Amino acid sequence: MGKNLYQKVWDDHVIRKLDSGQYQVFMALHLIHEVTSPQAFGMLRDKGLNVAYPNRTFATVDHIIPTDTQARPLADEMAEKMLQVLGEATAEHGIEFFAPQSGAQGIVHVVGPELGLTQPGMTICCGDSHTATHGAFGTIALGIGTSQVRDVLASQTLAMDPLKVRRIRVEGKLGQGVTAKDVILHIIRVLGVNGGVGHAYEYSGSVIEAMSMEERMTVCNMSIEGGARCGYINPDDVTIEFLRGKERVPTGAEFDAAAEKWRSYASDPDAEFDDEVLIDADDIKPTVTWGVTPGQAINIEERVPKLEDVEGLEKNLVTDALNYMKLQPDQGIKGTPIDVAFIGSCTNGRLSDFQRVAELIAGRKVSDAVRAIAVPGSEKVDREARALRLNEIFEAAGFEWRMPGCSMCLAMNPDKLVGDEICASSSNRNFIGRQGSPTGRTILMSPIMVAAAAIEGKVSDAREVFSLKGEE
Amino acid sequence: MAGESISRISGKGVYVQGNDIDTDRIIPARFLKCVTFDELGPSLFHDERFTESGESKNHVLDAPQHRGAAVLISDDNFGCGSSREHAPQAIQKFGLKAVIAGSFAEIFHGNCTTLGIPCVIASDEDRKELSKIIENDPEASLDIDIEKREIVCANKVFQVSMKESAREAFLAATFDPLDELLGATEEIKAAAERLGYA
Repeated sequence: MGKNLYQKVWDDHVIRKLDSGQYQVFMALHLIHEVTSPQAFGMLRDKGLNVAYPNRTFATVDHIIPTDTQARPLADEMAEKMLQVLGEATAEHGIEFFAPQSGAQGIVHVVGPELGLTQPGMTICCGDSHTATHGAFGTIALGIGTSQVRDVLASQTLAMDPLKVRRIRVEGKLGQGVTAKDVILHIIRVLGVNGGVGHAYEYSGSVIEAMSMEERMTVCNMSIEGGARCGYINPDDVTIEFLRGKERVPTGAEFDAAAEKWRSYASDPDAEFDDEVLIDADDIKPTVTWGVTPGQAINIEERVPKLEDVEGLEKNLVTDALNYMKLQPDQGIKGTPIDVAFIGSCTNGRLSDFQRVAELIAGRKVSDAVRAIAVPGSEKVDREARALRLNEIFEAAGFEWRMPGCSMCLAMNPDKLVGDEICASSSNRNFIGRQGSPTGRTILMSPIMVAAAAIEGKVSDAREVFSLKGEE
Repeated sequence: MAGESISRISGKGVYVQGNDIDTDRIIPARFLKCVTFDELGPSLFHDERFTESGESKNHVLDAPQHRGAAVLISDDNFGCGSSREHAPQAIQKFGLKAVIAGSFAEIFHGNCTTLGIPCVIASDEDRKELSKIIENDPEASLDIDIEKREIVCANKVFQVSMKESAREAFLAATFDPLDELLGATEEIKAAAERLGYA
């Protein structure tokens, strides 16, 4: 019987079984940032421990970094302190730090892949739940807590329970204006926000195979929003070609050997899965959230739930979510006025996200009622976008073009909603208060849907606003 | 390193109702601006407990009759969202010692286990009954027996479940795995070499 990718990568990296029944697993790549990792260095210090494999850990700063000015010291004293503590800890332990203005700083899940640090067959971890992003390359990529960051720093290993693997086949062809973001929002809507608990998701099928690496990263990124511990896509030609020439990837004959090894991790044709779900591409339309979890989503043509249609605790959840969002039961989502438009984040802050939007908004104007910001995911994305003069297109349309960081995805920097502002957002979470105001409201959607909403001043169908018809 | 084994937890309960309570609600992102976890207790569920001007919203956690509760009860998919260990740290520093829910998000569950906070799974029916008991008698003690997988409350026994590896680790005092992980230095070195990461 063949093996799936999860089993192959697991088998490669398992060291031994622990007394608790968990397994000790070697981590090929460890990424750290300023919010969840400085405390781990303190824990090491308290125990008199050192970093075991400093060459397998890489650091960046993303969550707290301002996107208007990054002059030091940062205006927010605590943000400055977090940045300093990370800088000092990485220097002390010989860990490479992609500091601001180094040319390589950015959101941790944008930086790893674009440098080629993320490679098929790896076990990857980071103190951040969106580490699942790296699964797009055929890796087991796990979000971990700070005590586990400590474990990895000290031992380069984690104590883990093995996961089940669910194969999600997305078959068919996406329509025009239907994007990778809509695919994953649709999957979460169908399987639920806790549907993936205990599982790794393998995304496959013709729709996934046709995606670029950046689109695949968008899909894997939100695995955690579906409750899955991680999600992955089998490495193929698209993966190999993306990695060719990347800064931290071998060249020449060494690359060819690496590529052959990478391909070997793909699930075997006769691999077994714990279960399988089939999703028809025809069922996927531009999808937006209406509530306060990523699973509370509908397509742009639908109406928010009627209270008569839900029962018990679910009725409380729907009622609370609608009240929080200030939406009426059974109202159409299309036409909901918005105050803010945000394009960026580890979900949709890569070059192709900005390229696609730039093509559509060139010559158009953001509604006067909307504050619109575009935040590149990394200094590299910013550099490449500027080389293509995408920033000028965005600015001419009325977007602010900002410096790289997590920004308004979780608003740990100054980019926040104010009061009960409502934001059309390309990020990954619409939780209560997520975008920095305890009463702020978030509607998740694809970058082109955010662009459509920004232009119209209300939630709109990008296919209509930009005259997109037929198949992609 | 993990110190004592954890086989029983007893104390008053408090019920925070709702499915899908995410870690942004447990501890909003602005409180993550810290370089240690020491001060997080008072910020637990901050925006649910306080208005923007800092006035109490009379949240159940602040109800005088629930002061000093040791056991937090909630519903399905508790702790979903961000991996922030700040969430279980805030729970622990607030004084809570165990969480009972219908189900748990996995990263949160792992973080709780490492910190020595048992995550106990109870059925909808049992959680409803437990919450009723503590509503009527806030002083009622919930006695969680990890060995037996049961809770005794108001002379009634509730069968519960736990992730087996976590349960084993609490009983064997290995819930903080670091010492055990560090015991395999040679095997780790061999793996690093075999995989080409040495």
